[in-house]
Amino acid sequence: MEIPKTFLGYKREDGRTGTRNHVIILPVDDISNACAEAVANNIKGTIALPHSYGRLQFGADLELHFRTMIGTGKNPNVAAVIVIGIEPKWTKRIVDAIATTGKPVEGFSIEGVGDIDTIARVSKKAQEFSIWASEKQREERPISDLWISVKCGESDTTSGLASNPTVGNLMDKLEPLGVHLCFGETSELTGAETVCEKRGKTPEAQEKFRKTWSSYNDFILKEATDDLSESQPTAGNIAGGLTTIEEKAFGNFQKIGGCQFIDVLEPAEEPTKGPGLYFMDTSSAAAECVTLQAAGGFNLHLFPTGQGNIIGNPIEPVVKLTANPLTARTMSEHIDVDVSKILSREMNLDEAGDELIKATIRVANGRLTCAEALGHREFVMTKLYRSA
Amino acid sequence: MNGTDIIIHDEKDNVGVVVIEKINPKQDCDCWIMENDKSVKIQSMDEIPLGHKIAMTDLNEGDTILKYGHDIGKVVKSIKKGEHVHVHNVKTKKW
Repeated sequence: MEIPKTFLGYKREDGRTGTRNHVIILPVDDISNACAEAVANNIKGTIALPHSYGRLQFGADLELHFRTMIGTGKNPNVAAVIVIGIEPKWTKRIVDAIATTGKPVEGFSIEGVGDIDTIARVSKKAQEFSIWASEKQREERPISDLWISVKCGESDTTSGLASNPTVGNLMDKLEPLGVHLCFGETSELTGAETVCEKRGKTPEAQEKFRKTWSSYNDFILKEATDDLSESQPTAGNIAGGLTTIEEKAFGNFQKIGGCQFIDVLEPAEEPTKGPGLYFMDTSSAAAECVTLQAAGGFNLHLFPTGQGNIIGNPIEPVVKLTANPLTARTMSEHIDVDVSKILSREMNLDEAGDELIKATIRVANGRLTCAEALGHREFVMTKLYRSA
Repeated sequence: MNGTDIIIHDEKDNVGVVVIEKINPKQDCDCWIMENDKSVKIQSMDEIPLGHKIAMTDLNEGDTILKYGHDIGKVVKSIKKGEHVHVHNVKTKKW
């Protein structure tokens, strides 16, 4: 198949391209959720991104909070941003960082004003942003403006046999075209960590991966009560036939095909070494991982599932594929691409990879994913430790 | 091509994955090895559902399970060729 050289996206002020055109209402902290949700309810064409944290965090955990907030606002799928926090200082820090992209952004704080007046003031600005963004048009953009993140969930053995290798096939075909790619799930490479490490393109990337994985593994060993029963693998994984973390890891690892990673990113860190594959240090929980990848600037997500994970994200469209024929049949409203014919050998990996590329480009052009149509907007901040 | 009941990732693997809705005890199954495109046959001993593993050889306690050509855990209860391989007889070596 000849891969299209372009797709239809929204060109942003900083030169990046969005596959979506969202106006977001971003609360800095948990107590600003009510205000953000009220504004999004008032003003059509906006979405609120409520979450559970943002108060009394400190150190690396606070830095990750800021990185996630700022990265979400900077993501090219976002046309304009309203930031609402209880206090002005942290709000301003986020606003100023998002403003470096050149996109419209404005901050509001609630203290000394109260929810009701804040909602009124913010709604006026949000209405202005929403109407402004509605005039943005899609235009032809190079395929290399796609930044694709991947993560699998509710995996079973069909994931490792077919749906993950389908994503790997897509990576093998798109990487030479200058696409940015990202995989994560640090803990879920356990068992395959030495094989994965060797996929680092440079000794530095390999070393960084080794340190990142070891640190995550030490943390798990410290906190684990027994053998992580039903957490890794999950009860769903086990029902689907996966027996051990090692088996799950080798299945997971199929998603990167034959690609090598050029760098290891902190959670929510934006890649800076040009096109190619990146590894991001993330949890293996679906919504946490995709939220971090979206904050890293990725504009389209591929999500292979076995038993049927139903996740979506508010700003990054999540394309779901499965090779499990039962899941494809019983949960069809969640599945964008069915590659179960690989198991019956009526379809080969090359054909499946092409199908996934076609679906990816349609979604990049604006086709709603199943998760978008169903209203899945899981926005989940990663928290590293307790607040002060 | 029709009639594949079990797929094996790598020639070195000692387990295969059931890719039809289930296989029954005493069922003669056709297996396909992805790595080298070879076919082999096996008779199952157990009922094994879609996605679950079957032992391609007799396995003793302490043996290593190979899938994708790699170590995915250890046998904790001996397994006969054709039996169901899962959490009741295999455990992780990691956690």
